[in-house]
Amino acid sequence: MVTRSPAVNRPRSIGRSVPKKDAAAKVTGAALYVDDLSPEGLLHGATVRSEIPAGRITRIEFDSAFDWSQVTIVDHRDIPGNNCIALIEYDQPALVENEIRHADEPILLLAHPDREKLQQALRAVKVHCEPLEAVLTMERSIACARLVHATDNVQKRFLIQRGDLEAGFARAHKIVEREYRVGHQEHLYIENNGVIARMEADGSLVVEGSLQCPYYVHKALMHLMGLPAEKVRVVQTVTGGGFGGKEEYPSMISAHAALLARKSGRPVKLIYDRMEDIAATTKRHPAIVRHRSGVTEEGELVAQDIDVIMDGGAYVTLSPVVLSRGILHAGGPYRCPNVRITGRAVATNTPPNGAFRGFGAPQTLFAAELHMDHLAESLGMDPLEIRRRNLYRLGDVTPTGQVLRESVSASECLEKAVKVSGYVKRRKALDAANRKALARPAGKGPRKVRGIGLSLVHHGAGFTGSGEVKLASIASLDLSPEGRPRALAASTEIGQGTVTIFSQMIGDALQVSHDLVEVAQPDTLRVPNSGPTVASRTCMVVGGLLSQAAADMRARLLEFDPRGWSDDRSFRKLALRHLKERGALRIDRQYQPPSGIEWNDDTYTGDAYGVFAWACNVIEVEVDLDTGDARPVEVVTANDVGKAIHPRLAEGQIEGGVSQALGWAILEELRWKDGRVWNQQLTNYIIPTSMDCPPMKVIVVENPYSGGPFGAKGVGELPMDGPAPAVVAAVRHATGQWMDEIPISPERLLEKLARLEEALT
Amino acid sequence: MKIRCRVNGVSREVETPPMVRLLDMLRETLRLTGTKEGCGEGECGACTVLLNGQPVNSCLVPACHAEGASIVTVEGLSKRGKLSPLQEAFLHGGAQCGICTPGMLMAAQALLQENGAPKEAVIREALAGNLCRCTGYVKIVEAVREAAKVTRAAAAAKKPARKKKAAGKEKAGGKQKPAMKKAARKKPATSRGKRARRA
Ligand code: FES
Ligand code: FES
Repeated sequence: MVTRSPAVNRPRSIGRSVPKKDAAAKVTGAALYVDDLSPEGLLHGATVRSEIPAGRITRIEFDSAFDWSQVTIVDHRDIPGNNCIALIEYDQPALVENEIRHADEPILLLAHPDREKLQQALRAVKVHCEPLEAVLTMERSIACARLVHATDNVQKRFLIQRGDLEAGFARAHKIVEREYRVGHQEHLYIENNGVIARMEADGSLVVEGSLQCPYYVHKALMHLMGLPAEKVRVVQTVTGGGFGGKEEYPSMISAHAALLARKSGRPVKLIYDRMEDIAATTKRHPAIVRHRSGVTEEGELVAQDIDVIMDGGAYVTLSPVVLSRGILHAGGPYRCPNVRITGRAVATNTPPNGAFRGFGAPQTLFAAELHMDHLAESLGMDPLEIRRRNLYRLGDVTPTGQVLRESVSASECLEKAVKVSGYVKRRKALDAANRKALARPAGKGPRKVRGIGLSLVHHGAGFTGSGEVKLASIASLDLSPEGRPRALAASTEIGQGTVTIFSQMIGDALQVSHDLVEVAQPDTLRVPNSGPTVASRTCMVVGGLLSQAAADMRARLLEFDPRGWSDDRSFRKLALRHLKERGALRIDRQYQPPSGIEWNDDTYTGDAYGVFAWACNVIEVEVDLDTGDARPVEVVTANDVGKAIHPRLAEGQIEGGVSQALGWAILEELRWKDGRVWNQQLTNYIIPTSMDCPPMKVIVVENPYSGGPFGAKGVGELPMDGPAPAVVAAVRHATGQWMDEIPISPERLLEKLARLEEALT
Repeated sequence: MKIRCRVNGVSREVETPPMVRLLDMLRETLRLTGTKEGCGEGECGACTVLLNGQPVNSCLVPACHAEGASIVTVEGLSKRGKLSPLQEAFLHGGAQCGICTPGMLMAAQALLQENGAPKEAVIREALAGNLCRCTGYVKIVEAVREAAKVTRAAAAAKKPARKKKAAGKEKAGGKQKPAMKKAARKKPATSRGKRARRA
C-alpha cells in the first residue's frame, strides 16, 4: 500500500507563493471590517477631548439648549474598575479625572443613535480648564521645566557598557562627535481605529474591532471594568493595517466603547475619523541621538559613546520597551570593543508615543548609519569600505556581550546590494554628472543632481531578552468539526499574511494542502494567548509553535491509524473518524526558549535576541536644487529573513516597509501648534503615493536560523530600519550637504543649500 | 429625496436626503460595504467607485448626483461568483490588509477600460489618488499589468463573442449624465503637488 503510506511526500508549500488566503474576500468587498458591521440597536460613540496640553478641569458645561435626553454620557465616575489602561505601568487614565496631561486627551464619552445628532452633542459640551505650563519638547523635559513624571521626568533609563571607553578613544586616530534627530511618524493605516462593544445578558462584555493584540485589550478591559477573565471577550475583525499603531491604542478605544455600552445597555460603535486618529493616537517616538566615536587610521571602530533620548509623551505606555530595542541597536551592525550606550525615555505633555514598525530601532540605526558615514568622511574613506572593515561577522560580540553564533549576513547583504545596484560604478558616474549640473547657474533650466547612498542594518528577531520566556506563549492546533486542521492563536492577520503562512507551515507538517488548513479568527474566548502580533515574532515564534503542534498531531493521527492519509480527502476522512471514535483532538504547544540563550535584565548583558535579521539598502536620490525636493529614484534592498515561507509576501513586507521608511525620511512630518497636532489630515500629513514610490529591486537572502521554523527569522520590521540613512547618504552625495535631521523637507534642504551658496559666493 | 440609479447593473430606487454622501448611500442605505472610507476628504481614494464609467471619490459626491447614473462598486466586479482578471491578479500580493483594495480596483478598472496595455508610469499615475500604506505599490502595479495581459489574451482568444457583449453593455448603461462635479473627479497626486497646495 505504497500510496497510503504516511511517508508520501507532497510538494511542499513552504517557499512557494500560494495565493494569499484572505485576499479573495478582500478583492470582492466581502471582507467585513469593523465599520462594516451594524448590529441591531447600535449607538454611535464619540469622545470629548482636551484642547490644551496641560491643565486642570474646572467645570464641564452642557449646553442647556440641546436635548440631552437621548445622549449617553460617560465620565470617569462611570468606571466600575480602575481608571487606567493596564499596560506596563498603570499610569494612563481611560478618562481624565482632573489633570490634563496632553492635548486631545479623552475626558468625556457620548453616544447617540444618530451620527449627526452626536456631532451636535459634541459641540454642545464645553470643558473649562485652568492651564498649566506645558512641557512640549525633550529638552524642556530634561531641564525639568515642570515635573510631569516622577522626580526627573524620566520614564525609563538604560545603560549598556562593554570594554574600556577611555582606552578605546586613546587608540583612535579620529574622533567624531555629532547629534542626530528624527521626528514623529504617524502610522497612517488606511483604516482608522475602531471597535464595537456590547454587554451580554449574563453581564459579560464583548469587544470586536480593528486590533493587533487581542490579549492586551483583554487585560486592559478586565482592570477597567472589574470583570473576571471569562467575562471579557475580545474579537479581532478584519484589520486594515496596523504597523504597531493598533498594538496598544485599541485598549483605549475599546475601554471607551465598553463604558458607553455598559451605561447605555446597547451596542456602541466607536470609530475615529482621520483627524481624530492622527491627533489622538500613538506615533513613532521622536529621538535625539548623540554619537561620539573613535576610529583608527585603518578605519577600525575602537570606541562608541552613544546617548539616546526618546520622547515618551505624557504616559509611560510602551516607551521602556521601545527605548530598550532602540539602545540595543544603537551601535549599528558593527563590532566595537569599547562601548557605552545610555538611554532615556522622557515625559512631555504630548500624546503618548508608542509601538511603530521597528520599535525604536529605526531611530537609533538612523543615527548609527549616518555616523558611520561621518567617520568614513573624517578618514577620507568610502562609506562602503568602512562598513566592510567593521561589520559583524560570525563570532563577533555585541555591546551586551552576545556572541553572534549563527545566521550572520551583514556581509552577504552588503555585497549583494552593492553588486546588484552597481553602487561603485554608479557613484563615480554620478559624481561626474553632478559636477556638470552644479556648474549650471540658477534660473537657467532645472538644476537636478543625483546621489547614491547605502546603509547596513540588523534587527533583533522576536522579543528582547527574556521577553518570550516571560510571555510563555501558547498556540494550539485542533480538528474542526469538518475534519480540518485548525490553528488556534491570538496572532492577528493585519495584512502581512499570518493566515497564509500559518496554513503553509501546518499543511507541510501534516502533509496536506495549505487550503485544507483553517486559521481560527482571533477571539479570546476560543484561542489561547499566543502573545501579541508585534516584534516580527508571529512567523518565527508562533509559526514555530504551530509547526511543532502539527508534527504532534501527525504523530497522534498515525498512532490512531498507521495507514495514514495520502491527500486532503483521506486526511479528513481519518480526522472525522478520530473525532467520532476518540473525540476531540487538540494539541497545545508552549514556548520553550532555545538552549544556550542567557539574558540578564539587571545588567543588560547577554543574548539580547536569539538571532538578528540583516539588511542593506542602496538608494539613488534625485535632488532639485531649486525646489529642495529629494526624490528616491531607485531602491535596491537585500534582506536576510532566514527563510521566506512565502516569497511574494516577504517581498511585499519589504516593499511596504521600505516605502514607509522613505516617507519617514522625506515626506512625513507632524507639525505642532500649542501642543496639538496641526496637520491632522491627509491633505497636509503626506504619505507616499504610487508616483512617489520608486521601483524597487528586492533581494531576499536566506541564511537560516536554527531556532526558527524552516529557518525563518521574521521580516516585518527589518525593512523600516535602513532606507532613511541611505537616503540621507544619497542626498549628501548629491549635494554635499549632511541632513542630520529627518524628514528632509524641502524647507530644510533649501536652507542648507542656501547656506552653501552663500558660502560659495 | 428619491434617487433612481443603476448600481452594479441593477436598477435601484433609494430614499435618501439629497446631500448625503454617495459613500453613505452605498454603505448604509444599500448595505454595500465593500466601498471603504479612509479620510472622508478626497485624499485616500478608498471610497472610489465608478460613476458613469468615471472613477470618483464617493465621499465627495452628494447622493443626488447619482440620479439617473450608473454606478459600479467593488461588489460589481465579479460576475456570477467568478473573479474578474483584475481581482484575480490582486490575489498575489496586491492586497495586503485590503482596506485600499476596493478603491484601488475601481481606479485600475477605469484605467483598463480606457487603456488595455498601460505602461508602468501610466498605471502609477492612474493610481496616484489611491493611497496604500502596506504594499509600496509594487505588487499593485504588477497586478494591474498582469490583469491587462490576461484580458488582452482572453480578448484575442474570442473576439467575435466579445463584440456582442460590449454592445449589450452600452444599452444597459442607460441614460448617461455628466453629473460629477469637478472636485469629485479623481486627480492624480504626488506628494509634491500636495505640498504645493499646502504651502
Ligand atoms: S474616503 Fe478618502 S477619498 Fe474618500
Ligand atoms: S493593502 Fe493595506 S492599505 Fe493597501
